[in-house]
Amino acid sequence: MVVMNPYDIFSSLVRDNSPVALVTIIEGPGVGALLVVTPQGVVAGTLGNAEIDRVVSRDAVGELEAGRTIVRHYGPHGESTPEDLNDTQTVRVFIESFSPPPLMWIFGAVDFTAALARVAKILGYHVTVCDAREIFATRRRFPMADEVRVTWPTPMFEERGMRLGPRDAVCILTHDPKFDVPAIQGALATKAGYIGVMGSRKTHAKRLERMAEVGITSAADLARVHSPIGLDLGGRTPEETAISIVGEIIATRTGRQASPLSSSDGAIH
Amino acid sequence: MRELFDDIDRWRTAGKRIALARVVNIQGSGPRGAGAAMAVNEDGEVIGSVSGGCVESAVVTEALAILAGEQPSRVVTFGYSDDDAFAVGLTCGGIIHLFIQPLEW
Repeated sequence: MVVMNPYDIFSSLVRDNSPVALVTIIEGPGVGALLVVTPQGVVAGTLGNAEIDRVVSRDAVGELEAGRTIVRHYGPHGESTPEDLNDTQTVRVFIESFSPPPLMWIFGAVDFTAALARVAKILGYHVTVCDAREIFATRRRFPMADEVRVTWPTPMFEERGMRLGPRDAVCILTHDPKFDVPAIQGALATKAGYIGVMGSRKTHAKRLERMAEVGITSAADLARVHSPIGLDLGGRTPEETAISIVGEIIATRTGRQASPLSSSDGAIH
Repeated sequence: MRELFDDIDRWRTAGKRIALARVVNIQGSGPRGAGAAMAVNEDGEVIGSVSGGCVESAVVTEALAILAGEQPSRVVTFGYSDDDAFAVGLTCGGIIHLFIQPLEW
């Protein structure tokens, strides 16, 4: 059996998109020592003694679950309350969380889909393209996507909707009533942080009527659906549209207005 | 750090010694957050970045000193304005703390 070192274990977990925290002593006794921690606990390394490993790995699991990267302070044996740390040299520990990439599901295998999938990949999304039409939903047309599925929206959401969370995005680019309303229904039943639907103002107005027919009327649901999708950048091409969509996704996550920085004077980051 | 793995693997296979520099904390404005990483091999080849290009060359100097054993693994800070500070800083005025260590784990 080949014994893997901590770096190999850590890098293969990150490559497999498995959640992992890399914990490193950056100051104090044992500087440079590290732990590789998964949600199940320590999988490699040590900070020097069993007690500090136990305390720090417990905290690292919490930080990993929150997706946070942070510096924390401990005593040399994991003491973490201020009284315990009064007379002892402290250890500063850098906990770096590596979460799986956020998901983007794109419904509709159209030109806009290819451009959006490319831009989403640059931003680090795991991209799935879905369309019920076998001749359009092909790997050949969407080589940049991580996955291309021939499926209707409803079974896709029934099978995997529970995987979507606040970091994830659902973009519905079909323009097709048969497809877009079931996709909106499916997306609203998930915890997806962003739901956007493409269409002209006229399409949007008609779609609101069809959404009402299936019972999507609450203000909370309607507020979650970004329609027409994207920021008003005035772009036309699929690539320009893709930028306006991901711009809206970022602004939704950060709660910003997406106005020019030159027109405001608040903090940038 | 994910984006560094392919080059790091290639360097490790070639038997090169490597120093890893990671941003552990930013105070004030900074172009890259905690976790931004770069790596330097013993030949001075560089991958990744930790700021918008403001401190990278100073990080290379530090990383090579650590690989040569002239400095221990440690936290290096750029952007202080007092006398002990390094000459380089972030143009945006922030303070950046990096941990640099040999990748020997």
